[in-house]
Amino acid sequence: MANTFNVERREEGKVIVLSLTGYLDAHTAPVFEKAIQDEVAAGRLELVADCAQLSYISSAGLGVFMSFIEEIRGGGGDLKLAAIMPKVYQVFEVLGFPALFDIVDDVPAALKNFADGVRPAS
Amino acid sequence: MASVEKTFALHVPSSTENLSMIRDFVAKIGAIAGFDEKEVMKLELAVDEACANVIEHAYGMDTTREVKVRALLDDDKVQIEVVDTGKGFDPTSMASKDVEQLIKERRSGGLGLRLIKTLMDDVQYEIKPGEKNELRMVKRIKKS
Repeated sequence: MANTFNVERREEGKVIVLSLTGYLDAHTAPVFEKAIQDEVAAGRLELVADCAQLSYISSAGLGVFMSFIEEIRGGGGDLKLAAIMPKVYQVFEVLGFPALFDIVDDVPAALKNFADGVRPAS
Repeated sequence: MASVEKTFALHVPSSTENLSMIRDFVAKIGAIAGFDEKEVMKLELAVDEACANVIEHAYGMDTTREVKVRALLDDDKVQIEVVDTGKGFDPTSMASKDVEQLIKERRSGGLGLRLIKTLMDDVQYEIKPGEKNELRMVKRIKKS
């Protein structure tokens, strides 16, 4: 059934990779919110959302990204998005996310951008 | 020859845990209509946003109410109606803000509405607060 969502966490050096699996909607968004909140509270501000297994996102999920990005970038970090599948990417596109976020093809590209200090101008 | 119209309906309790059941229902409708994967996703998302708005804003997260989703199919289009008996909203109050403003204000209801209008071909509202509010969305079936 189309309602499962979970977040798996791993460390790649200083960077925390959060792998999102399943359906991120108004019901499951609090799970994602807590996962990011835990990292931000601990001062871990270099984050990658690995979206390779993310099957669906609605405005509730998009809102979680938006609600933390200012605080994360203000602290010198970033929340990068990797490996978004095409049918999900169209949703990010509709709300202008490519202009606001560093969206890359895969996790290694996100890690490289952290290493090279690459982030969007906004 | 007039095309035959088929009607499908789903009533669920007003809890966000039922959004996935609503999406499954809408995905089946999209498949019957012959939409491809990306178009089915748009249909699912638009209805999800509409129902989430009802649950969160029209009903204020009261899980004892009901959300009704009705789908009408004919040869030319899919029309989805989301009906509630909650407090309604003013669609014109969101209309003037741009997307970045809506995002910054994090008013998910406004963002959801903006998504619905982008994802669907036509959107109409009929608001009678406390009585019956109806959101009608249409996606046309492209003939190849």
